[in-house]
Amino acid sequence: MQGSFSHFGYLITILVMVSGLYIVMAQGNLIKKLIGLSIFQTSVYLLFIVPGKLLGATAPILSPHHALYSNPLPHVLILTAIVVGVATLALGLALVVRVREAYGSIEEDEITALENQAAGPEIHA
Amino acid sequence: MVNDLIPRVLGKLLIPFILLFALYVQFHGDFGPGGGFQAGVLFAAGIVLHALIFGLANTRRVIPDALVEAMLACGVLIYAGVGLAGILLGGNYLDYFVLDPNPVHGQHRGIFWVEVGVAVTVCGVMLQIFYLFAARGHDGADGTD
Amino acid sequence: MSLAQHLPALQVVLPLISAPLAVLLRHGGVAFLLVTAGAWAAFAAAVALWLQVDLLPAGGVLTYHIGNWAPPWGIEYRVDRLTSFVLVLVSGTAALVLTYGHASIEREIARASHYLYYAMFALCLAGLLGITITGDAFNVFVFLEISSLATYVLIALGRDRRALTASYRYLILGTIGATFFVIGVGFLYLLTGTLNIADMGARLRDVENPRAVLAALAFLTVGISLKLALFPLHQWLPNAYTHAPSTVTAFLAATATKVSVYVLIRFYFGVFGESLVFQRLPLPEIMLGLSLLALFAANLIAVFQDNLKRMFAYSSVGQIGYITLGLSFDSVHGLTASIVHLFNHGVAKAAIFLLIGGLVLGIGRPGAPPPVPTFKHLAGLARRMPLTCLGIVLAGLSLIGVPGTGGFISKWYLVLAAMEQRQYWLVGAILLSSLLAVAYVWRFVEAAYFRPVPGDGGVVREAPLVMLIPAWILVAASIWFGLDTSLTVGSALDAAQSLLRSGT
Repeated sequence: MQGSFSHFGYLITILVMVSGLYIVMAQGNLIKKLIGLSIFQTSVYLLFIVPGKLLGATAPILSPHHALYSNPLPHVLILTAIVVGVATLALGLALVVRVREAYGSIEEDEITALENQAAGPEIHA
Repeated sequence: MVNDLIPRVLGKLLIPFILLFALYVQFHGDFGPGGGFQAGVLFAAGIVLHALIFGLANTRRVIPDALVEAMLACGVLIYAGVGLAGILLGGNYLDYFVLDPNPVHGQHRGIFWVEVGVAVTVCGVMLQIFYLFAARGHDGADGTD
Repeated sequence: MSLAQHLPALQVVLPLISAPLAVLLRHGGVAFLLVTAGAWAAFAAAVALWLQVDLLPAGGVLTYHIGNWAPPWGIEYRVDRLTSFVLVLVSGTAALVLTYGHASIEREIARASHYLYYAMFALCLAGLLGITITGDAFNVFVFLEISSLATYVLIALGRDRRALTASYRYLILGTIGATFFVIGVGFLYLLTGTLNIADMGARLRDVENPRAVLAALAFLTVGISLKLALFPLHQWLPNAYTHAPSTVTAFLAATATKVSVYVLIRFYFGVFGESLVFQRLPLPEIMLGLSLLALFAANLIAVFQDNLKRMFAYSSVGQIGYITLGLSFDSVHGLTASIVHLFNHGVAKAAIFLLIGGLVLGIGRPGAPPPVPTFKHLAGLARRMPLTCLGIVLAGLSLIGVPGTGGFISKWYLVLAAMEQRQYWLVGAILLSSLLAVAYVWRFVEAAYFRPVPGDGGVVREAPLVMLIPAWILVAASIWFGLDTSLTVGSALDAAQSLLRSGT
């Protein structure tokens, strides 16, 4: 896998990273923003996992049939990062549900317009 | 969906095996891919399937909210408890070597209980998230739709 | 095996355990006792660690191997002078804020979610302490996310519906910041093959191709700057501080941004070393420009705010400018100023936000949701809440940097650092920006002391003692550390010298 394809993984990583970040910034819909955020975080998973994989290597569980093993550490790190991503997404969605209950909208411009009007009704009755 | 024959029968057939598979992934984590995180998610998936077929209200009777919240806390406490056990037995925090006279067995024992803690918490978190979102808007209704 | 040996682990674990216990017991009062006890225990551990570091020779480091795996393979907890300094600040503020908070929380948060508030507070505290104490780069990210997720929940507990959008915006920006941070860590890991911060710094010296290092540096700088609210990246901060419950604002203002500054210092001086950070890139110039922008723009915006909490939130953005200004000098005195100001500003701001919490309680009607503390409410308040108003003014003097207060000491070292580099115009800039602080503190004084009490002012009572005492301890501390500087400046100088030595 030498030559022009050797950086294939990195190119995909960059593509995913930039498109995720673009969605976060360009979208006004709160849920679409969260989708963009998740895509952005996914690029980090790739960034760690891709260099950790050796072609032809197996999971690092010692056995007499294998000589090549992939580095397990990036997988462990990314497992943690995935958990963090899930938690962030769940919390973000929960906040969006509450925002919709309080404002009746999940479009950023409408919410900003409502915020600028007045303090609005109290929540947590 | 409780009145549809095919999901109900298939669900009854599948759910025990999903839960069993979760336990397999949990306990086989020593020798192959697997572990507490995956097992917890699989276990929660089985229960979510139950809720989808038989309705949220029925699932909440089997696994009440208080139990789910207790699972969240207990898993973390098991994990932290293994760490503190390391200190009490004369090692460092999260030191598995001292958990057994044979250090290799100590490692097995330590990782086993840590994975139990992870599985319990992950399962609790997944169920809590599902309960909170599924119950939103029609609290008190049976939530079958 | 004595207990003292395990303090680095217990420092984080004690508050961490109090969180699931609070969830398990599902009772607001019990949770309050548990989490407050956990925070005081963490404070005791931090002080004990401080004393242990004191016994070491200068520049000494305590290390603790989690799971008895030696670094760089295992996760290592490292405590040096700077670490224990930040640990004392974070755990001490948490203990005082929690002790203070019971009365305020009763009014500001629905009773059913009290135990969740305390659990989240404990998680946030454990996360911040973990960031500070860990010597592992990825572990920093994990603790950063633990504390951030808890923070988002805490902010969303505010009663105004704008708390929800403030929390959402902070979630988006905070997650982008944390992800940038972890991308930077990823680059460093790919380059060096290690995650241990000290080991990373040592191996980075042998890396020949600086391009990847510079990319890592850029990602880390932007990521952490988002978290510490460096001026153009501060957008999340004012709304979050304004709409969060008073105790949460006080705790975050004193600790969250400060811990991010600490991470920045750790990576700049511990990993990249001063040679790369401050010589191959115009980073000091960028830092200097942004700091000056923060000093003037944020302080100027603060002067024109009507909401008291919002005014001091913008003032926080401005004060962070002083801290980063100190970093940009890349000298012992500059770094000392940053570290001292990190502490002095944390103490003064926590005091102010705690007192504002009492003020909100005092001007509100019992049973009604807490009012927004605008200048309309402040007219003649000093006569009816004398202790609260006096406290805000005294802590405000520290924000200005009046001699005899903590803020003066940090500005003094900033001025020293500027003179060392013969940048005399900066001395003028520091003085000029202090005048802006005078302006907003004076607005408070004018309203509270010189305006007449409105006729229909209603019943206003002084805040209860349980709230006044912790707040006044912080006010007294901000004066005390202006008079006796051996503790703050002494340890900051010590830390700055060892940081700059390790970087070369």
